[in-house]
Amino acid sequence: MSEPNGVAMPQTTPQYQFNGISSNNTSRGSSPLPQASHIPSSQLPPLKSGIPPSQLPPTRSSVSGLVRNVSQLSVSSQNTPNVSPSKFSTSTPNEEKLRMSELSDNASSLVPNPDVVPVRQYVSSDALNKNIALPKASNINSLPSNTISDTPRAVPSSQLNMSTPSRYFNENGSNFTNVINGSLQSNFRTETPQNFIPMQNSQVEKKSGEHGQNHSGKQTNPTLNYPQQISTFSQSNTNTNSFSRNTPPTANSQLVSTNQLQSCSVAQSNIISNSQNPSPYTFSGVSTLNQTNQTHPSQFNLSQSSTLSSQNTNSKPPVQVPQNTISKPSKPRYPQTLPSNLMQPQIPGGGIPPSSQYNASLHNPNLLSQSQAESSQSYLNPQVSFNNNSMPPNQSFYKPQVGLNGPASLPSSLPTKPGISANRYPAQAQVPLQNPPGQYPQQQQYPQQQQQQLHYPQQQHMQYPQQQQKAQYPQQQQQLQYPQQQKQMQYPQQQHSQTGPVVQSGFNRLWGTDSHDLLQLPNILPTTKVQPPQINLGQDALNKANCSPEVFRCTMTKIPETAALLQKARLPLGMLIHPFKDLNYLPVIQCNVIVRCRACRTYINPFVSFVDSKRWKCNLCYRINELPEEFQYDPVSKTYGDPSRRPEIRSSTIEYIAPAEYMLRPPQPAVYLFLIDVSRLAIESGYLEILCNILLEELKNIPGDARTQIGFLAYDSALHFFSLAEGLNQPHEMTVLDIEDVFLPTPDNLLVNLKDRLELVEDLLKLLPVRFGNTFDGSSALGAALQVAHKMMGPTGGRVTVFQAALPNIGPGAVTSREDPNQRSSAEVAHLNPANDFYKKLALDCSAQQVAVDLFIVNSQYVDIATISGISRFSGGCINHFPLFKSSRPLLVDGFQKCLRRYLTRKIGFEAVMRVRCTRGLSIHTFHGNFFVRSTDLLSLPNVSPDAAFGMQVSIEENLSDCQTVCFQAALLYTSSKGERRIRVHTLCIPVASTLNDIIHSADQQCVVGLLAKMAVDRSMQSSLSDAREALINAAIDCLSAYKFSLNMGSGSSGLLVPECLKLLSLYISAILKHAAFRIGSSTRLDDRVKAMIDLKTKPLPLLLQSIYPDMYPIHNLENQEVIINEEEEPVPLPPRLQLTARCLENKGAFLLDCGDQILILVGPNVSKEFLNEALGVPDYASITDSFCEIPLLDNPSNARLHNFINYLNDEKSYPAPLHVIRDNSPNRIVFLEKLVEDRLENSLSYHEFLQHLKTQVK
Amino acid sequence: MAFNFSAFSYIIALIVDAFLIFFSLFHVIAFDELKTDYKNPVEQCNSLNPLVLPEYILHIVFNVLFAASGEWLSLFFNLPLIAYHINRYRTRPVMSGYGIYDPTSIMNADQLTRCQREGWIKLAFYLLSFFYYLYGYVIALEREHLEQT
Repeated sequence: MSEPNGVAMPQTTPQYQFNGISSNNTSRGSSPLPQASHIPSSQLPPLKSGIPPSQLPPTRSSVSGLVRNVSQLSVSSQNTPNVSPSKFSTSTPNEEKLRMSELSDNASSLVPNPDVVPVRQYVSSDALNKNIALPKASNINSLPSNTISDTPRAVPSSQLNMSTPSRYFNENGSNFTNVINGSLQSNFRTETPQNFIPMQNSQVEKKSGEHGQNHSGKQTNPTLNYPQQISTFSQSNTNTNSFSRNTPPTANSQLVSTNQLQSCSVAQSNIISNSQNPSPYTFSGVSTLNQTNQTHPSQFNLSQSSTLSSQNTNSKPPVQVPQNTISKPSKPRYPQTLPSNLMQPQIPGGGIPPSSQYNASLHNPNLLSQSQAESSQSYLNPQVSFNNNSMPPNQSFYKPQVGLNGPASLPSSLPTKPGISANRYPAQAQVPLQNPPGQYPQQQQYPQQQQQQLHYPQQQHMQYPQQQQKAQYPQQQQQLQYPQQQKQMQYPQQQHSQTGPVVQSGFNRLWGTDSHDLLQLPNILPTTKVQPPQINLGQDALNKANCSPEVFRCTMTKIPETAALLQKARLPLGMLIHPFKDLNYLPVIQCNVIVRCRACRTYINPFVSFVDSKRWKCNLCYRINELPEEFQYDPVSKTYGDPSRRPEIRSSTIEYIAPAEYMLRPPQPAVYLFLIDVSRLAIESGYLEILCNILLEELKNIPGDARTQIGFLAYDSALHFFSLAEGLNQPHEMTVLDIEDVFLPTPDNLLVNLKDRLELVEDLLKLLPVRFGNTFDGSSALGAALQVAHKMMGPTGGRVTVFQAALPNIGPGAVTSREDPNQRSSAEVAHLNPANDFYKKLALDCSAQQVAVDLFIVNSQYVDIATISGISRFSGGCINHFPLFKSSRPLLVDGFQKCLRRYLTRKIGFEAVMRVRCTRGLSIHTFHGNFFVRSTDLLSLPNVSPDAAFGMQVSIEENLSDCQTVCFQAALLYTSSKGERRIRVHTLCIPVASTLNDIIHSADQQCVVGLLAKMAVDRSMQSSLSDAREALINAAIDCLSAYKFSLNMGSGSSGLLVPECLKLLSLYISAILKHAAFRIGSSTRLDDRVKAMIDLKTKPLPLLLQSIYPDMYPIHNLENQEVIINEEEEPVPLPPRLQLTARCLENKGAFLLDCGDQILILVGPNVSKEFLNEALGVPDYASITDSFCEIPLLDNPSNARLHNFINYLNDEKSYPAPLHVIRDNSPNRIVFLEKLVEDRLENSLSYHEFLQHLKTQVK
Repeated sequence: MAFNFSAFSYIIALIVDAFLIFFSLFHVIAFDELKTDYKNPVEQCNSLNPLVLPEYILHIVFNVLFAASGEWLSLFFNLPLIAYHINRYRTRPVMSGYGIYDPTSIMNADQLTRCQREGWIKLAFYLLSFFYYLYGYVIALEREHLEQT
């Protein structure tokens, strides 16, 4: 192993050397990557928010083009902007919070459109988050003083603002057009065209109140300015949201009208806003005011945009000059916002939340605008400029908005809001959250916002604005806040962060009604599969090139900038990787020179930057490397010149055929050795005959080439060798009785060439069951057998497959039964750790010789898996467990056969090593999986299989603030079964974020659960099971607390708020506490528990999640379900996923439970006769036997539908899961019912009780 | 020259402590090598594990001398480390040989940093106590001298 490692990646240390070269900014600026980085993380998030693309598109469609342009522009000109925002954001958390609050307020005002809101809201929330992050910085500058909580950051704001504004000014100042561009860019960056749209009233109000006074001198109405900015942002956000999905053209028009009114007001806006500001003053609490003030100047420049802010100041709504189309009719907003607020409050969690969400989205735009304005006045300014100068541009971008703006939008427009609000909602609604109901009522308030939103909708990042808006809203009114709160739910983090300071206890309380209050969401599970969140790098090309989440997945889609920020978010940072997964498409490259960084040995990947056509800059260590001539050649188009067309640059998952320098010895042949337990228990279980039959069938399918070798060794209390020498008529058995000091009875012919001796091998397989059919030897010398296997395989390396049925109780490595059956359900579980280190030491020896040991455990009694699994755990093997195996039980036999077939025929990599590199500043902390860690980043994997997955915890060791993205690269060097040395490289690129909101909203809940499960297994081994359970619960509490903190809510708030992206976390954690690995109270065999723990460490994430929280579907009415077309062009019915509770079961139904490694079907007693006859092929209910494990193929549509559906489920698995049909009155139903993890089981809490417990703990 | 038991225990402690300093130096270097990928963890553990018990025993030996000679202050000074050593060995991973380092878990970043920090702290402690023993030795001689005169 060591040798290959050395070859593959001799020098890890160099990276650090290059680390010193931290000229990230400059270098990156020049390089393409910087561009990607340009997009502020905040901007990106919207996409991540998980808002379905479908939802977003509407706004995007119009905006998208612009956005792209902008992004490009921004890239070209604006590396700095991004950077600055981030810096600002970091500097001014308070502002962010303020903004958040504003956004929330705004959001609330916007809220009215419930319908649109939901989806869009989510989107917007993301966008808001992103926006917020950017805006925050700016906002911070402006608002700092205002911001209550974050004042420290905010205070400096003036300076900060100055700095940011200066940038902006510079950009803007030169030309209006430029400014406009800048603004557009900024918006795009944030993805929130909406951002431009002035933050709406709420922000304006708040900000105006605070800052207006301060800055009033500069800007006639600072608050107005702020509002404008905010409103612009919010509008943009909201608009985008609404546009994207919800806003029908009409709605847009309405919104537009309102917006126009507002915008008009905004245009004049600043002034108007000032007039409006008074109201903001009333809201004064919002720190946004300060921000707004600061931003206002810029906004003023942008003047028109400011009108939006004026909208925020609803009181003055009407005034506004429509001209400023950009500025949305902010005037109405106040009224609107108030109504909206009122509306929202009225609407309880459900209705209101949506509205609040909408509002939030709207607000977010505001927030964004504010934040942007604050952080980047330039951004705002550009926006403003757009608005003013480029009212056309805005119009163009936001045509609907423009249209709206154009029409004199008066406060009256607000009343009409419904339509507008609808529009807004769409935009907002597009944001992931969706609390449609409440929002519409609020629409009146929202209209303006919506209008703004409409304008901005195109801009993607309504979310940020929303945050700001929220902040504003709170200031405006509590009512507004409510809506905002709802929105906040979506974007809560953003809002919270900004509003934090600003938000007051009353606000907090209002926010408590978030639509994502877990306690009020009984049906939290989406009806379709949960899709992994997207990583948004800001460039489509880069996003497409990024590694598939199926292969490489991070617990966050944005990496926190500092360890302190990570600590605040209370989320685990780590990666889950499935490096050798079977892939449908994998570019394979054979070249003379594999291009790698000379310092850190990173493979060239899509995220490097090219200094020129001859040199590239490593994205991990930032060293500049030469490109070999060969790399100029594009093998696809067969042309020279552009290195970026190379497959290495186009795909982040790639496989190289390694040249000779990657080999320390000639590639080994495929060598397989089977160790077969033939003790009495093994024979009684009857597995041997099944094994031999399957082997006979699959011998020809075992991966390998002409050099493939195979051998067999049976053991009980002695070792039975089988010599398959040439010329023998039948295998020659040699028995070695001395198991204490093992030796090989003959040097040759124990491992033989499979092709040459196929007949002998087949004879042996036929003889084996007969030969050992009458054994009564109760001992099993596993340790000795493994030692001898190590001796046999040592020279070549290869795979040892052990079939173990009895406790190894004799010879070296003997163990005694440690399990006390009476303690199976006790709270404290002992003996999770190995009893001796024999197997571990032997595994390390094997690992050094490139030998992996796989275990098939077919036990009927305790076999101490905790101890004997060591042989696989540290040699890169796998462990398969078939408890209580008996050849007379068809269900188990079926599972064993399928698993074994897959095992024998699946791809295999020999003498493998995997190295995981990451950007300087990050380091791999702990690895999870089956392997031996050879050095800090190198895993020794004697064998690698397509079903093995790994996890690693990552720690942040240095500040990442000068990076816009970080990369992880996993390189797997292995020898294929054909004797080829290959390197499979996966590269994952993730943006860096600097605000708590961004981080929390970027969480990938499934990945978090996967990593938490692995960490909990470690904890239970090192400490105790109860410690691990407590740690899991604490993880849930921490997440909720961190989120609450990020919302800056007081302790008085009620409910259990979660962001959209973490809403399933509590569900998964309550389920994992009932998983076989961690459950207490119900009887669990020690072996089963240990095996479950090993599975948690090694299973790929989808299977892991299915084992924690299986998928349940109703299958009795497949004909009524949505249909999709699979790869074979067959229609597959897709029933909705059900929550795992008995509530969802019905007498008349049949339900399928997909647990990953098995599929259970529960048939209710009153299920229709047709279903029984046609789909299941049984005459009546009573004839479903306990061993019904295969649904016959019948020629009728309902049977075909069922088969198609089951095949569809199996397609995602590595091998078809065994099926078990259970009658509702059969004793086996407990197998099904114990999977209903949301219900109360014996001593464990139901999901709802778990939530109640969490609620008491969350601070 | 007078030479009482206290002085004897101090001179022994002084000599043994010099060895302990080398032990902890070796420990620190070994873990640094591990961290920088120069050594295979299996080899490193094989070279470290045999030294663990001797270090603990040497440390306990001169503390026994301190107890016998009534140098309570010096004994109390060392008691925390003795307790730490005993606990460390009591909670070691399951292994058949002597020692406390397990190659499969040693590369865990937590363990690695912990071991490294432990090495540095021990090195500092042994260095300080070296001078303390020297001082104690002189004092013991002085006291003897005073008693004689």
